Amino acid sequence: MSSSPQIITPPMDETSARGLKAGDEVLIQGVIYAARDAAHKRMIAALDEGRPLPVDIRGAIIYYVGPTPGAPGQVVGSAGPTTSVRMDAYAPRLIELGLRGMIGKGERSPEVVAAMKQSGAVYFAATGGAGALLAKCIVRAEVAAYEDLGPEALRLMEVKDFPAIVATDANGQSLYQRHQRFRNDFFPDC
Amino acid sequence: MREISTEVIREALLDCVRRACFILMPDVRQKLEESLRTETGETGKSILRQLIKNAEIAAAESRPLCQDTGVAVVFLEIGQEIHLTGGSLEETVQAAVREAYKKFYLRKSLVDHPLNRKNTGDNTPAMIHTRIVPGDRMKIGFVAKGGGCENMSRIGMLTPSVGCRGVVDFVVQTVRDAGGNPCPPVVVGVGLGGNFEKAALLAKEALLRPLGRPAELPADRELERTLLKEVNDTGVGPMGLGGRTTALAVHVKSFPCHIAALPVAVNLDCHSHRHVETVL
Ligand code: SF4
Repeated sequence: MSSSPQIITPPMDETSARGLKAGDEVLIQGVIYAARDAAHKRMIAALDEGRPLPVDIRGAIIYYVGPTPGAPGQVVGSAGPTTSVRMDAYAPRLIELGLRGMIGKGERSPEVVAAMKQSGAVYFAATGGAGALLAKCIVRAEVAAYEDLGPEALRLMEVKDFPAIVATDANGQSLYQRHQRFRNDFFPDC
Repeated sequence: MREISTEVIREALLDCVRRACFILMPDVRQKLEESLRTETGETGKSILRQLIKNAEIAAAESRPLCQDTGVAVVFLEIGQEIHLTGGSLEETVQAAVREAYKKFYLRKSLVDHPLNRKNTGDNTPAMIHTRIVPGDRMKIGFVAKGGGCENMSRIGMLTPSVGCRGVVDFVVQTVRDAGGNPCPPVVVGVGLGGNFEKAALLAKEALLRPLGRPAELPADRELERTLLKEVNDTGVGPMGLGGRTTALAVHVKSFPCHIAALPVAVNLDCHSHRHVETVL
């Protein structure tokens, strides 16, 4: 692990994605997209029907999150990561289209890691359950598409000093591999 | 005969939801601080520090501890000498949950049908467990149960010959397979015995016990010690990124069972561990 966190500013290019190593601490600055199960399902459906995605994901980072609504005066209330494994079915397709980063919690499937190696993408772990702390790093949030999905809508978020750890890098090195064997017969939801 | 109005129950529940979702319970906070002293991994320490800071921000700024404010699980122990006035108890609980999740800006995380998956919009229905007990008191237990940890929970109908070792292996394997998904450090609720549905309920009830309070039965206490050690020896660590703090506690609750059976249910709860009790 590096001593001081690296600054990540999307859009990211392939070289900077490939330069990150599992265990690196980072601070993310700028615009990212928030999407979880239902928004992913719709994005993939759009691609299947030959329609464009509602946002440009080339070089982008997607944060797997469904925030609580902000109380008056708050951008969002609480906004920590959800379990990434549920997005594994959709992620390779987006990575092929240029998605460079994903933020979530928990291990990814071999298919996702293969796509990351192939195209040069990184998986960041944010601290699950640190929703209040992470929400403070979100300085702007607006619905970008699929408003009817409520907490699952696709959101644009501007973040400042958003802390994360490179959990799996573009070489396929992972902090998880040392501690568990992967099980894909569970679909945790959160 | 003592009368309790459902209005009093509504107010008590609103308060339970608020406390659970915004305030890290002191027993959990203390365990996190202890773990910060014993954790050896740098990543693990950094995550534990974030969790303590998260609790401070949540309390100071009225932000939910976690964005998954869960399914509302409500335990009602009603003294048989109580007469409830003012309408349906079930409706009161559902209305209170509906009101609380709206009023406190909590996330609405329930869908109407497991396959259709349309959001119900108000976080109902709550899961309600009611028990009639002697006396004239009413105990309300509230758990805001996140999806991440609930989904990594498991039940096994083991064969009695596997004994203690078999139970330990089942629990440890459940935690290992769960990895970072249930937001470790977790609290592990183990329901041992009963039958299929009883074991699951025992596991959830075990989670309600305050951290640090020992189990009633010596055999359960001994099993808890073994389990805590072995679970932490897995090295899963905070958020599954490695370290020695995988669980803050293991709680076992046992019950007699059939001569042919050895049911064991493992209900994982995350470090938010939002559990509140109040007595009316
Ligand atoms: S497992 Fe718990 S802490 Fe983690 S995201 Fe779910 S509710 Fe929050």
